[in-house]
Amino acid sequence: MSEQYTNNFLKEVEQNVEEGDWVKMCMQCGVCAGSCPLGPHWAHPPQEIFMMIRANKREEVLTSDSMWMCTSCYNCIARCPRELPITHIMHGLARYAKVQGLAPQNQPTAKFGQLFWDNLMKKGRVNELKLGVALYFMNGFVEGIKTALAKSGLGMAMVKTKRMDPMEILGGHGIKDPGSLQKIIKKAQELEAARTQSN
Amino acid sequence: MSKSYTFYPGCSSQDKASGSNQQISVAATCDALDITLNDIPDWNCCGASIGYAGGGELPRIALSARNIALAEQSNPGQDIVASCPACWLATREAKERLAHSDTLRTDAQAALAEGGLEYKGEANVRHLTEVLIEDIGYEGMASKVVKPLEGIKVASYVGCQANRPYGITGESFENPLYLDKMSEAMGAEAMSDYQKKSQCCGGALNFSEPEKSQALVKDILEAAYDSGAEMLVTPCAMCQMNTEAFQDDINKTYGTNFNMPVVYYSQMMAVAYGKSAKEAGLDQQIIRASKLEEIAAK
Repeated sequence: MSEQYTNNFLKEVEQNVEEGDWVKMCMQCGVCAGSCPLGPHWAHPPQEIFMMIRANKREEVLTSDSMWMCTSCYNCIARCPRELPITHIMHGLARYAKVQGLAPQNQPTAKFGQLFWDNLMKKGRVNELKLGVALYFMNGFVEGIKTALAKSGLGMAMVKTKRMDPMEILGGHGIKDPGSLQKIIKKAQELEAARTQSN
Repeated sequence: MSKSYTFYPGCSSQDKASGSNQQISVAATCDALDITLNDIPDWNCCGASIGYAGGGELPRIALSARNIALAEQSNPGQDIVASCPACWLATREAKERLAHSDTLRTDAQAALAEGGLEYKGEANVRHLTEVLIEDIGYEGMASKVVKPLEGIKVASYVGCQANRPYGITGESFENPLYLDKMSEAMGAEAMSDYQKKSQCCGGALNFSEPEKSQALVKDILEAAYDSGAEMLVTPCAMCQMNTEAFQDDINKTYGTNFNMPVVYYSQMMAVAYGKSAKEAGLDQQIIRASKLEEIAAK
């Protein structure tokens, strides 16, 4: 589908990425870069990502792990003089990169985010115990056992203070009819996919 | 007269979940203030901020649209109130997107129809602190205090999503004062020069990339000690968990000796309103807030 956008990654982003039509409004002031709590870690701050989009650097943008470092603190949104919804654009770009199969392999937040979504979709509410276990084992079995042992003190503290329930492994909290919610979400996914493909 | 709202508690507030002490203390505080919270029947997860990896824009909006539709169906005319900043933000954002885009609204309506629901989007979506500040007022909150929290020095850790992008009307993003004012209304002393009031704790990255997140939490705690505070107070379950439960890890990494209690504003209020330590959820602190417990036991 990307062929029709040859040499026009900006147009592709505008039409397919959440809030992507704001990208061209960036005036390159860099306030977002100075406001981001993950500043010491990313390769590209938001304003650079925006300029790379305009410069048609499709692959470099979509394979970047910079967007995945968004903590959703909304500092960039609060401070952007042009009022770009930067947090949402970062989420949108990360999501689009994943759908296009270009998101970096083994990016921890990409993996954890998917685990979180799968977890909540099962019963309509988050099962914190299962999410924690899935997180520990996200990088394989051996790594998982190591992490679980290293974190056993925290787990015990959470159980002792009744802020975690070992019995949640058997089911735990959920809505009455998860099937009905799953149908709603499935429809939403289909509608969204149809809209993106027609662009 | 009792004030009634439709309440969206959120996943972490559930029994034996990570923020269940927030829920317990919210119930105690609302009881003291004669506020009735009617749960949205069968509410679902809001998708939180990390949901974007697995869910696209419309599926995430559909999650919130279902909650709003259920709320409007069960309690027409009532404001929807959330105690969790992320739940509040996701719900309010969804409502805004649906109001601004006919395409999204038509699609969300079609998705909800699969579950036999209809979205109206007329209810206000508010955070519980907005209700306390705007509908009860600082004086109203203070008037119910029976055990002033004298001698307790607190640093107000407002965090991100209770503050940005919506926040409390009239407050600044850089130095919001409402938590300070609420603490002072309870008789506590707010450390006005606390430097990391609205600094991000890393949010969900504390789980996926703990080193990066804990470097931020270290600064938040260090600044709290520097301000002279003996306790951190926050409105957010994510902030509470990240700043309280990982102090051991941070001490190991950085050679610090952090051991600072982190409570919800509602726990502080419940104690000031004469509730027991258990009713304030204080037995669920990993780092016990002993000064608050002493006042509660008086």
